Amino acid sequence: MITDILKASVAASAIRLATPYIFASLGETFGQRSGVLNLGVDGIMLLGAFAAYYAVFETGNLLLGVLAALIVGMLLGLAMAFISVTLQAEQGISGIGLYLFGLGLSELLFQKTVVTPTPIDGFPRVNLPILTDLPVLGEIFFHHNLLVYVAFALVPISAFVLNRTTFGLQIRAVGQNPEAADAMGISVARVRYMTVTLGGGFAGLAGASLSIALLNIFQSNLTSGQGFIAVALVYFGAWRPYWVMGGALLFSTVNALQLQVKTIENALGINVPSEFAVMAPYVVTIITLIFASKRVEQPTALTKPFERGES
Amino acid sequence: MPENLLPTGHRRIEQMRMQGIVKKFPGVLAVDHVDFDVKAGEIHALLGENGAGKSTLMKILYGLYHPEEGHIYLNDQSVVIRSPNHAIQHGIGMIHQHFMLVPSLTVAENVALGLKSSRGLILDLEVVSKRIRELSEIYGLQVNPNSPIWQLAVGEQQRVEILRALYRGAALLILDEPTAVLTPQEVDDLFRILNQMTADGHALIFISHKLHEVLAISHRITVLRDGKRVYSIPAESATKEMLAQMMVGRPVVLRYDLPPIEPGPALLRLEGVCATSDRGDEGLKNVSLNVHAGEIVGVAGVSGNGQRELAQVIAGMRSITAGKIWLNNDDVTSHSPAAMNQHGLSHIPEARMTDGVIKNFTVAENFVLQNHGRKPYAWGGLFMNFRSITRQCKTAIKDYEIKTPSHETPIKSLSGGNIQKLVLARELSRQPRVLIAAQPTRGVDIGASEYIHHRLLEERTKGTAILLISEDLDEILALSDRIVVMYEGAIVGAVKRDAADVRTLGLMMAGSKVTV
Repeated sequence: MITDILKASVAASAIRLATPYIFASLGETFGQRSGVLNLGVDGIMLLGAFAAYYAVFETGNLLLGVLAALIVGMLLGLAMAFISVTLQAEQGISGIGLYLFGLGLSELLFQKTVVTPTPIDGFPRVNLPILTDLPVLGEIFFHHNLLVYVAFALVPISAFVLNRTTFGLQIRAVGQNPEAADAMGISVARVRYMTVTLGGGFAGLAGASLSIALLNIFQSNLTSGQGFIAVALVYFGAWRPYWVMGGALLFSTVNALQLQVKTIENALGINVPSEFAVMAPYVVTIITLIFASKRVEQPTALTKPFERGES
Repeated sequence: MPENLLPTGHRRIEQMRMQGIVKKFPGVLAVDHVDFDVKAGEIHALLGENGAGKSTLMKILYGLYHPEEGHIYLNDQSVVIRSPNHAIQHGIGMIHQHFMLVPSLTVAENVALGLKSSRGLILDLEVVSKRIRELSEIYGLQVNPNSPIWQLAVGEQQRVEILRALYRGAALLILDEPTAVLTPQEVDDLFRILNQMTADGHALIFISHKLHEVLAISHRITVLRDGKRVYSIPAESATKEMLAQMMVGRPVVLRYDLPPIEPGPALLRLEGVCATSDRGDEGLKNVSLNVHAGEIVGVAGVSGNGQRELAQVIAGMRSITAGKIWLNNDDVTSHSPAAMNQHGLSHIPEARMTDGVIKNFTVAENFVLQNHGRKPYAWGGLFMNFRSITRQCKTAIKDYEIKTPSHETPIKSLSGGNIQKLVLARELSRQPRVLIAAQPTRGVDIGASEYIHHRLLEERTKGTAILLISEDLDEILALSDRIVVMYEGAIVGAVKRDAADVRTLGLMMAGSKVTV
């Protein structure tokens, strides 16, 4: 009986905790499919998280918080696009730069404005008629805040955009063979600007989902590297939205178990050092990436700037 | 059907004229006041060596480059072509030498790429596929719209390129070296399609450096050299010799007489050699081969049928899974490249820029790449003897007519032909007993090709056993005493020089079993 409740609460929190991963890694999927690796996701998430938190802290308006995170994220995505597409800088290094920028600036702004981590009223859980009251299932699937549903809704939408629309075809072509796309009259730069900016917006939302929906607080390095795991998830999910979602759920389950580790220990009567629980998501990241093999969807032009040249 | 429409329903381009086109790149005048024109129902060939400006001129017509000077007229109206998109809108299509297809996408997706969809933002692949099938019917271009590109043979991929251009309403089609990667039979197929297109009122521009193909397919021929137009002539009054001379700027020998030589002992022997390709499948299947002293054995085949693996296996660059290799009667199976060199092997690698030289090293450094630790280039195997290196390299530069500002110039700033001459100088300076020459003249101008051919023939006279691997059938036929054909990693046929003809070789290259 105790273990049943435990399972349900682990499953429910796994779904909740998948939200930032899904937002961030879907955004990253768009960028990578078009050939741009943005390693700065974590930095964008931090600034998005702060923007959302600060907007809610000052106004109490949750939608304004979401909007602030989206705009901040898109602006940073635009900056990344400018650096990697127009200036053709090395993508891995500029992404790390963007991360450090986000990490430092989010903390600075926080210290200059709010100073002490103060909880706010974030997105409440939505009670759905009938569904929420279902035994077990209701708690697992139908008792979450709005952003959780938005994140999961974006999965089929992203898959549809990538696979069924003209824009998605352009993204895939630009990431696989930019010369061919260029010869067919597609602006490689335009497509990459759009995907990286969009990816930045998604990363901003990922940050907002942490600061005004899941944790309802902001502090220094709130994300603790979740943006990097999101990048890894894109590889793990072989650049496919549904698989990426599967990866996000796997990691959030590990996170959920980690949060409940004391309860589990009590229930099972064993003792696990807490350091192991904290390490778990990162160890799982490395192990899964070893087994995630290269696939057809891997954008062959990933990290390669495009310049119309002589052939 | 109205007079001025093509079978695709698009407008004809009665005449295209380029006038006084000039294009500069940093340090070079790539196209120098060139006039060029083509009419509906005509194939106009553009002939020239690498770097003569053919591709640049055509990229200007296709909107990829913008000229510094000059005008383009379509049906006597002056147009400015700003981008490929703009060229397509004007009815100009281009088949690039390196196919502009996305391998992971299907035929229909590649065709739909960059086009407006009838369903707005959502892809309409069924509509595209239906239209592809219609066009396939009209032009006899068989292709399945749902196949991913990577599963198609090279000839089929080219058909997709042509279909895509027709789909977009190309009335004028530029074909950049379209036969470079095709088997002779695929070339025949392509020519049949091109003839039908001109009969239907398309205007075609055919870029090539293969003289017999140009003579076979075109109505008019224009020769470019060093960015200038040197000659325009109706095809029926042109000959191979005069075209070659126009291209190079001096008389060129197109045929070689091989002095009869009594072949010596087999210096290179392969028995039942198998190896895995980069893709992980069987790259070489049970290959057995002998090359005798004073003999050139040509290996013919369409690109990717095991030639690369064959050269690498003999050079010690790829491990073998079964079989044995002998050099000079010594068993050298699974030896390292250095050990192969010790046994008298020299290798002109196919990938010149990655396996043949180190791009950022100087000419002299590249010249001593293999022997830098030995006399006379080093003292005691440790300290480099730069005076000796310089002296030897300068001799080689002179002997092999390598055009370079100095021996200290980085090799990457030399032309393909001169880089290849340096590789040849290095490999021959070791006085090999066995020489592997893989694609020795690919991307090399006619003058340097001719020079390299003469050097290979000289080696033959000296009694070197030479394995010549080439995708250029003309080269194989011109130089080889014997020819073997590779298909899917196996040797599918062997013919003597006198018994070889293009047709039989072509059939073997396409995988048919032929007994000669």
